[in-house]
Amino acid sequence: MKQLHDSLVELIRRASAEIPDDVQAALLRSLEEEKKGTIAESALQIVQRNIELAKQKSQPICQDTGSILFYVDCPVGFDEISFADTAREAVKLATKKGYLRQNSVDSITGKNDGTNVGPGAPTLHFHQHRSPEVAVRLMLKGGGCENVGAQYSLPIERLKADRDLPGCRKVILDAVLQAQGKGCGPGVLGVCVGGDRATSYEFSKQQLLRKLDDRNPVPELDALEQDIVNTANKLGIGPMGFGGKTTLLGVKIGAANRVPASYFVSVSYMCWAFRRQGVTLGADGQIEKWLY
Amino acid sequence: MISLTAPFTEDKIRALKVGDEVAITGVLFTGRDAVHKYLHEGGALPPGVDLRNGILYHCGPVVIKDEQGQWKCVAAGPTTSAREEPYQGQIIRQFGLRGVIGKGGMGERTLAACQEAGCVYLHAVGGAAQVLGECITKVRNVYLMDQFGAPEAIWEFEVKAFPAVVTMDSHGKSLHQEVLAASQAELAKLV
Repeated sequence: MKQLHDSLVELIRRASAEIPDDVQAALLRSLEEEKKGTIAESALQIVQRNIELAKQKSQPICQDTGSILFYVDCPVGFDEISFADTAREAVKLATKKGYLRQNSVDSITGKNDGTNVGPGAPTLHFHQHRSPEVAVRLMLKGGGCENVGAQYSLPIERLKADRDLPGCRKVILDAVLQAQGKGCGPGVLGVCVGGDRATSYEFSKQQLLRKLDDRNPVPELDALEQDIVNTANKLGIGPMGFGGKTTLLGVKIGAANRVPASYFVSVSYMCWAFRRQGVTLGADGQIEKWLY
Repeated sequence: MISLTAPFTEDKIRALKVGDEVAITGVLFTGRDAVHKYLHEGGALPPGVDLRNGILYHCGPVVIKDEQGQWKCVAAGPTTSAREEPYQGQIIRQFGLRGVIGKGGMGERTLAACQEAGCVYLHAVGGAAQVLGECITKVRNVYLMDQFGAPEAIWEFEVKAFPAVVTMDSHGKSLHQEVLAASQAELAKLV
């Protein structure tokens, strides 16, 4: 377990301190496109300096190291219980080392024991597959962007949003409008159409594991993704809500079946400080490959 | 870039306008959700914390103790300010704040308090925990640590050339209100 433990600490360190290449590329494009001499451009320059510094110093990109979400793809017979125990120990050590903030609070007493481990923290999702490979993806999702997430139950008269794709478009754009700069834009949306209240939000977060430059295999959803990005970037909300050209870096939409009575659209907002990383692990738990 | 250096007098603050980029040098105290609720409910400031003519920073830093037992700030960007809207106006007036640093902007009650009391809202770049952390030259002290935990405690920082943008000034103007209204109007055309 020592090797697995070390691998997970390294995964946490890198997720916290280094922005994935696909996100960096999108941020650099947004910096080029922003009008020169504006506070929006200045904000994006600070973002770039921050990304460089965090990597160089091996310290958190953002002090809110967020909810710690592990997504594990594993073969049949994989020992999930041992993995979860090791992951919790790795989180404790990463917190001591300052890769993670002491960020987990008892919701009833308000106490923070400084370990980042407690009921529901960290969160682990296991998914069994018919392959010998173990792939571990980690997302650190800050509270600022999590707080601007939204779930809509369609139809919504106020927004003239019916139970169809144009209705989905309206509520997703409403979420962007409501968020303004509070989610640390330019951001990325993970969206789920359908599901129940819990699975819908959960699927919306899982969309954020997709790379920014991939395309949705479902033509209707692909068209909706492109449309939302283009439309949102005409609203002038801009980086940090300062006004400007780039409000969103990307949108990723998935669909889950629903019951006839429900039609949920759930939106998870990810800040520019998009912390996700992933590895595949060898038989002894050593890192074989980085996924982003 | 305007250099905003302690002491933060009313004149210096009243001279600032929405859109000004400033570099702050002086002492900042952090305070976020737990501190605002505590002060709003009548809690006393701990001895050593003086907010009069001061700047409050909405921030929950990552701070660790180094080998010598000294506090070391590892990351310190702003947190979302909107959550403090129910409390901020009162705290600005009661404690004589001259500035509030955060992100995402605040509402009408805070804007009114800024105008009345001579205070500004300074927007730091959210997520820029390293660039902003580098501007902290010294961790002077920490207060209410046992009660609230590290992210929610009051930290006393010395800062040098800490960058921020004035997005709500003491003349009743708010960039956040303007961008919201403009983006709302634009969206209405596009849906």
